[in-house]
Amino acid sequence: MRIPLTWLREYAQVPAGATAEDVMMDLVKVGFEEEDVHRPSNEISGPIVVGQVLSLEKEPQSNGKTINWCTVRVVPEGAEQTLTIDGIDPSGVQGIVCGAHNFVVGDKVVVTLPGAVLPGDFRITPRKTYGHVSAGMIASVRELGIGDDHDGILVLSTLGLDPELGTDALALLGLDDEAAEINVTPDRGYAFSIRGVAREYAHATGTSFTDPASLVTVTATSGAGYPVRLADGAPIYAKPGCDRFVARTVSGINPSAPTPTWMSSRLRLAGIRSISLPVDISNYVMVELGQPLHFYDADKLTGEIVVRRANAGETLETLDGKVRKLDVEDLLITDDSGAIGIAGVMGGASTEVTSGTVNVLIEAAHFEEVSIARSRRRHKLPSEASKRFERGVDWEVADEAAQRAVNLLVELAGGTEETTGTDVGTEPAPVTVFLPAGFASARIGIDYTPEQIVGSLVDLGAVVETVDGGYSVTAPSWRYDLVTPEDLTEEVARLVGYDLIPATLPTAPPGRGYSRAQQQRRRAVQALADSGLTEILAYPFVSKAANDTFGVAEAGAERSAVKLANPLSEEFGYLRTSMLPGLIEIAKRNHSRGFNDLALFESGLVFLPSGTVGTASIPPLGVKPAEDVLDALYNGIPYQPLTIGAIFTGKDSPAAPGHTPRPWDWADALDAARLVSDVVGVELVVEQGSHQAFHPGRAAVLKLRSGEVVGHAGEMHPKLLAEHNLPARTVAMEINAEMVFEAAADVIVAKPISTFPVATQDVALVVPVEIPAEAVLETLREGAGELLEDVSLFDEYQGKGIPEGHKSLAFGLRFRAADRTLTADEASAARASAVELAAERFGAAQR
Amino acid sequence: MSDISQKSAPAPEETLEATAEPVTVPDPLDEAAIGAAVEAALAAIAAASTLDELKTARLAHTGEKSPLSLANREIGGLSKEFKAAAGKLMGASRGRVAKALAARTEVLEAEDAARILVEETVDVTAAPRRRRAGARHPLSTLQDRVCDIFVGMGWEIAEGPEVESEWFNFDALNFKPDHPAREMQDTFFVEPPEAHLVMRTHTSPVQVRSMLERELPIYVLCPGKVFRTDELDATHTPVFHQFEGLAIDKDLSMADLVGTLEHFTRQMFGEEARVRIRPNFFPFTEPSAELDIWHPGAKGGPRWIEWGGCGMVNPNVLRAAGIDPEIYSGFAFGMGIERALMFRNEVGDMRDMIEGDVRFSEHFGMEI
Repeated sequence: MRIPLTWLREYAQVPAGATAEDVMMDLVKVGFEEEDVHRPSNEISGPIVVGQVLSLEKEPQSNGKTINWCTVRVVPEGAEQTLTIDGIDPSGVQGIVCGAHNFVVGDKVVVTLPGAVLPGDFRITPRKTYGHVSAGMIASVRELGIGDDHDGILVLSTLGLDPELGTDALALLGLDDEAAEINVTPDRGYAFSIRGVAREYAHATGTSFTDPASLVTVTATSGAGYPVRLADGAPIYAKPGCDRFVARTVSGINPSAPTPTWMSSRLRLAGIRSISLPVDISNYVMVELGQPLHFYDADKLTGEIVVRRANAGETLETLDGKVRKLDVEDLLITDDSGAIGIAGVMGGASTEVTSGTVNVLIEAAHFEEVSIARSRRRHKLPSEASKRFERGVDWEVADEAAQRAVNLLVELAGGTEETTGTDVGTEPAPVTVFLPAGFASARIGIDYTPEQIVGSLVDLGAVVETVDGGYSVTAPSWRYDLVTPEDLTEEVARLVGYDLIPATLPTAPPGRGYSRAQQQRRRAVQALADSGLTEILAYPFVSKAANDTFGVAEAGAERSAVKLANPLSEEFGYLRTSMLPGLIEIAKRNHSRGFNDLALFESGLVFLPSGTVGTASIPPLGVKPAEDVLDALYNGIPYQPLTIGAIFTGKDSPAAPGHTPRPWDWADALDAARLVSDVVGVELVVEQGSHQAFHPGRAAVLKLRSGEVVGHAGEMHPKLLAEHNLPARTVAMEINAEMVFEAAADVIVAKPISTFPVATQDVALVVPVEIPAEAVLETLREGAGELLEDVSLFDEYQGKGIPEGHKSLAFGLRFRAADRTLTADEASAARASAVELAAERFGAAQR
Repeated sequence: MSDISQKSAPAPEETLEATAEPVTVPDPLDEAAIGAAVEAALAAIAAASTLDELKTARLAHTGEKSPLSLANREIGGLSKEFKAAAGKLMGASRGRVAKALAARTEVLEAEDAARILVEETVDVTAAPRRRRAGARHPLSTLQDRVCDIFVGMGWEIAEGPEVESEWFNFDALNFKPDHPAREMQDTFFVEPPEAHLVMRTHTSPVQVRSMLERELPIYVLCPGKVFRTDELDATHTPVFHQFEGLAIDKDLSMADLVGTLEHFTRQMFGEEARVRIRPNFFPFTEPSAELDIWHPGAKGGPRWIEWGGCGMVNPNVLRAAGIDPEIYSGFAFGMGIERALMFRNEVGDMRDMIEGDVRFSEHFGMEI
């Protein structure tokens, strides 16, 4: 909402020197955020004065144009020029070259004299042109920044102006005014008016306020005016779409009467373009009183106006020239010809006020918020009117607003007021709220006095009655937002001042600290960072192709994924089912910026819908849903497990004296996955795996002991790396951290530590290459029995001395007994049985 | 080392040296001759400037074929009355030489050890970094920091899904279905719209879940990602991070809200930090307020900075969670982490937080 200061000053006590910034500072205190300042004088400055054309010589030019060489008097007849700027003639008459032709000798015009600055940092200086020195410019509305018309210069008589020569044109055109723009929260529709803001300004500054509505005397008698019938057959939420319709007629207006500059300049500062006097008047009254008006050309109306819901299949050509299909929920203004407007949203073309309109029917109606909001959304027609109706317009002000419009049409357009009008509808019952005596004090933490409570509420227009145990408060007609004691409490706190609220620190009950899962996550991501990876945070928006490539193990499979209804980009219209697309994108971005050796990780949610998605309906607000309804809400939410992914490209470190960097390889990806499980004490089972995004021979599938698959790790598929322009041998991993964390033991049971001597033995086994080392190791562990303390793979060899298609695996076995020193024979026997089992299972032969 | 090698293999060296030059054997009773031999030995020892030279001197003057050793050997052949005098002379003479030798050895060994240490000097400034320095994302670090402060106050951390039911995101929070406030949230909707799922526009649905799932009283902080349909630019991003606090207890007031925010802010920005609230509107709180903080360390000097919204929980929100507003009241607040990173750590462009450029995170490392 933009508030021109001159307008605000009419109804509030704004100090003479106050700027738009000062006004905003005051309004912030009562809850309006500052947005901007609109100050034409930042863009345009004088000397810009009223001048009169004394002579005009048409001079044809070689380029085919004809220019006018003019002399223009810029001081009153008989007076002397007091300005002493270079280029301003002491005689008070300026020689000016002008290209426009829409004026004659004797016309009063706006002259921008040397030293003036126009919008766009256009500085006026005397300049030689077409054989003359042109000492200034005769301005058009566009050059002055007050309109779009640039067909000719501004002739002041067209605005109905006949000012004295030398008058400051900036003041004359309202360009010395300024506006404060504030943000109005959606609960305070009344503040979309000068009336509402002036009242709030008075609250903020403790000054007095004149209600502009109170200055209007409604002169019409209701009854015999234009016939109007309210006939809403399908109210939304049982509230009639229209509960008041005031209609007034003004006849015989002068269709060519200009809009006075005080009105057009205020509207312009308020952000509304001047169109024609009747339209400007309707907008002016709306901004002043908050009541949107609609003007009909009374001669184009046929028969009774009926406010009703649309019929199926009905259409309407709206003011913007578009034919709109109406919905049966749309509230319409109709006459015998059919629809003539979507109530509160936009009028129809057929009854529009045009340049030929002489008889005007004014509509000042009160429409229900939800109905207007839905029609506006349905037809995508946000307007100044719908904005106000959606947030609630004062029911009481309709007749005063209509009268104000009548008065302006009479005064400015020379119309005649019809003294009989129409006012139909039913006043809503006033809402009375009981505010218990100590309620506001308890909620805010200030001991408010009864005077502060009653005074604040009366100040904002409420009727307050002190009753047993508290106050009975009837909110003013424009405050639809005051329906609970909490609402009233906010008003008291706001008007007394939020800055007076003290600070007390409540004590929370003994907390349980971070949950197990929160601690596990913190440890896992910290461990990855500590081990040298850099954390990134990618957007979760991905393409379908990315989900189908990275989200599923099988080639050609489709990933069931969450699709957005209104994505920012259609290409990335899905939510990720894998962390890898984001990591790849960010790796690519870093590569393009010259960073080739990367180790990146991200921890975040992936979105894995299965089964029910959402719920067909949503329960109402303000009531706890039944258990089964709540369960349905919970069950409709897609599975979103915390997932950790990592990607490694290039080398593990920069080269340095005495240090040779190592290229990252598949084992690094596996190690990062193991780090996540290690820090929470969960053992990962690694198996040879396959995943279309990974190298077919260098991919591991990661499982829990239970057999559940929790992730993949390995080298990315070379073809995929080429497609993404990433270096060969880029490796990656992804693991469902939530499942890993849940698998962590509650209690780890201690293992007794034997202090008897160790017996170590090595064994090298030759097995076919396809046998996984892990399987051989597990077999040795099993075969060796309980004397085996640990076994580890320390070497793998293929080549000379090993049969084709085989490999040699060297294991170190560590034996120890809990209760005695092992003999060499005992250790050898255990080793032998381990080897025997491996031979039996895999045909393993000792080297 | 040198001691061991001398002990283990003395003979070949000495033999080698001994054969080098023939020696005349002085008389062990001839004080002048013995004295000359001692002086010659002392001079040779003093002249030795390296351990190798000293070794040569030692072999020449104390070795088996040295004049003093040979003279000493002569004592055995002397008659009894001369033995004592010769023994005394030879003992004293050889003692002088041995003492000089030991002293010179000590000096030269010390010099040698010092030289080796000098020779072993490295350029420590050229050391390779063997441990790769990783980094947390500063938004994560800052979020952790915020959580730590609240956990320190006895609060707990609550989390929830990012794709959320419309009811949790809006209706339970008293957003009326047709109210403009609902549209102001610029919501991402999930297909199909009839399923009533959205990307959460704030972490407030976690507050609702906390009220439904936890025992009263409740003091929880809900951090996490939220989503709005804003295009990415220097000051907007469609994905950002919030933390929201919720306290539900008996007799909580707006003063408790101010006190909590003040306590938190001081831990975050220093003891001079202050908070200020201004009236505002949110469907889920009544009264509602905008939160400004006085940031003593702000770039360009201390100033007020807008940071978030807060207020007393609207009774309709309590009712939606089955909590009796006649008995319980509560307060809630919400702030943006990106915004905090911008004014606290002087990040000028939102895109730096999003793009994943390693320089951005690595500059912060593990700290914030």
